[in-house]
Amino acid sequence: MANQKELCLSGKGLTKIFGLGGRKTVAVDHVDFDFYKGEVVSIVGESGSGKTTLAKMLLGLISTTEGEIYFLGEKRDIRTHRKKKEYWKNIQAIFQDPFSSYNIFNKIDTVLLDCIHMRGGSRLPRAKKIEMMTEACSFVNLKFEELTNKYPFELSGGQMQRLMIARIFLLKPKILLADEPTSMIDASSRATILDYLMKLRNETGMTTIFITHDIGLAYYVSDSVYIMERGRFVESGTADEVILYPREAYTKRLINDVPKIYEEWDLSTV
Amino acid sequence: MKQIIQQIFRSGKFIVGFSIFTTILLVVIVYPLLIPDPPLNIIGQGTFFEPGIYVSVFDSISSPQYTLNLDEAAAKRIASKLGEEDRLAIKEWLIASGIPEGEIEIENTEKLLDQWFENYDPAKNIPGMTNAKRNYFIRLNKAITGLLSDEGMSITVKNAETGVLEEKGTIVPSAYVNVNEVPNVRVLPLGTDNFGRDVLTELVAATRVSLQIGFVAGIIATLIGLTLGLLSGYVGGVVDDVIMFITNLFIVIPSFVLLILISFSIGQDQRGAFTIAMVIGFTSWVWTARAVRSQVISLRNRDHVNLSKLSGHSVVHIILTDILPYIASYVVMALILQISSGILAEAGLSILGLGPRTTEVPTLGLMMNWAMIYQAHILGKWWAYFPVIITIALITFSMNLMNTGLDQVFNPALRD
Repeated sequence: MANQKELCLSGKGLTKIFGLGGRKTVAVDHVDFDFYKGEVVSIVGESGSGKTTLAKMLLGLISTTEGEIYFLGEKRDIRTHRKKKEYWKNIQAIFQDPFSSYNIFNKIDTVLLDCIHMRGGSRLPRAKKIEMMTEACSFVNLKFEELTNKYPFELSGGQMQRLMIARIFLLKPKILLADEPTSMIDASSRATILDYLMKLRNETGMTTIFITHDIGLAYYVSDSVYIMERGRFVESGTADEVILYPREAYTKRLINDVPKIYEEWDLSTV
Repeated sequence: MKQIIQQIFRSGKFIVGFSIFTTILLVVIVYPLLIPDPPLNIIGQGTFFEPGIYVSVFDSISSPQYTLNLDEAAAKRIASKLGEEDRLAIKEWLIASGIPEGEIEIENTEKLLDQWFENYDPAKNIPGMTNAKRNYFIRLNKAITGLLSDEGMSITVKNAETGVLEEKGTIVPSAYVNVNEVPNVRVLPLGTDNFGRDVLTELVAATRVSLQIGFVAGIIATLIGLTLGLLSGYVGGVVDDVIMFITNLFIVIPSFVLLILISFSIGQDQRGAFTIAMVIGFTSWVWTARAVRSQVISLRNRDHVNLSKLSGHSVVHIILTDILPYIASYVVMALILQISSGILAEAGLSILGLGPRTTEVPTLGLMMNWAMIYQAHILGKWWAYFPVIITIALITFSMNLMNTGLDQVFNPALRD
């Protein structure tokens, strides 16, 4: 057990403040966390609680106001483009809205080729690249021959999100950050997407960070859960600890908000 | 791409604007091929010849003559010679001779002349007539009688040795020439300007130069605005602050004042059409920069840009492939507006006398400037300035129409 609990990504006093002076908003407020290798972590909170801001800080897309991020035990350094590129080989993301995640002027081939090039495969023969792209597409049950020369907007939302997973399959990062990957997808495709994500995680053993407002989903997939309220982690622990025996009122409320199909809904409290 | 072009050509406004603009372009390209005269050639001795067909008098005398007996020929001839003043004088005489005012029609030349010959008597005096007036009536009578004679004129040539005039032939009033047989006929559809230049040829050349100025100015302004807008919008931070500071400086100073000052300080000798185009371009990029910046700011936090960053692309690559295509339609529209406002700015500068040097090229603004200096508008010489105004209006109108059409295609909220 001891060597399995190797630290992968951790944060100390991580803070993000938007704006200046009287109009400043504290989006993330001194959060500490330790994500271990191979773990599935969920960060759960309502909209506006700072989940996405935290995700962007972890990805290095926005700067941190205060605090440090440690990657594989070392202080993260992404001050130059070269170092950032190196960091992004290790951490990748799937965004919430598949429809806005793609550049509508690029064909699907470009999206997948970018990943191969990022892994240093730019000099591979064309046939090898096509083989890799075909393999990645078939992993998520897409047919590359049908997709080649198509534009992302010609696909359905579910297919786009599956293509995102194919992208991660090609990149094989150490950490995957999934920012509400299923919230824009209809319920029937949702399960498929999650299945592919979990399959990919089980094959590659990558650390997966789920960011979601759906505490049911968090319980279903994760090893540990962080509950976020107004930029702070109010409760954290293993999925069982947090969700079966919640201590904070906020967590209890989140759990109660999960709609239960077989019960009559009490709309008076809404 | 093909779909977008199809959609653009389904927009009525764009098609109308586009056809006006291409017509102007075609005229500008084809006309100099058909009539290759230098546009600044001074052909007329004198100012502001009226539009019309000019037939060489010398050539028509030596051209084959035909006799046509037309009834109204004499009447028309007199009608064109008898001025308003003469007709009023005749009326005055007739009234003094006791003809009731109601029976005199000064526009009916035939009847008026009949009455005149019946009543005129050189020996008679009308009350209050001065000696000068009396002589005037005598001259008028002679002129009318001369016009009505059908004896014709004789053509004489001076003998170079003896200096004696030798009669070569006569021209009778019923002699005609066929215009097609006269070797020198010049059509001046828009007459000549104050220098005696053919206005139409000059106008076509001026439109070409003005369009060039507009294009150069528009492209310069759009390039500067686009580059600064992309940089300040995407990079942000200090770069944004510095660029926005400069941009705001330019906004506060009205660009036309800046334009006047720069043109003035360059000096008359240095101002070619291209220099003016550059000056216009360098003073009008401001709004493009601001608009592009705000578009880029809204784009830079989109997920596809984040994804591109995560794929390890460089800033230049992201700007060129993930930002620029998204604002391309907007930039094209801004370019069209910049071109049309460049043409207007040149016209404005030239009217003030700060346009390109006057001796080299005609521009639409310079033509207006000349027309204004030589008081064409006061003298009623409409052909010197009105076609220019129409051309400027058509160019800007067609470009704005194309812009609105494009806007409707690219902005679904505006579709009818």
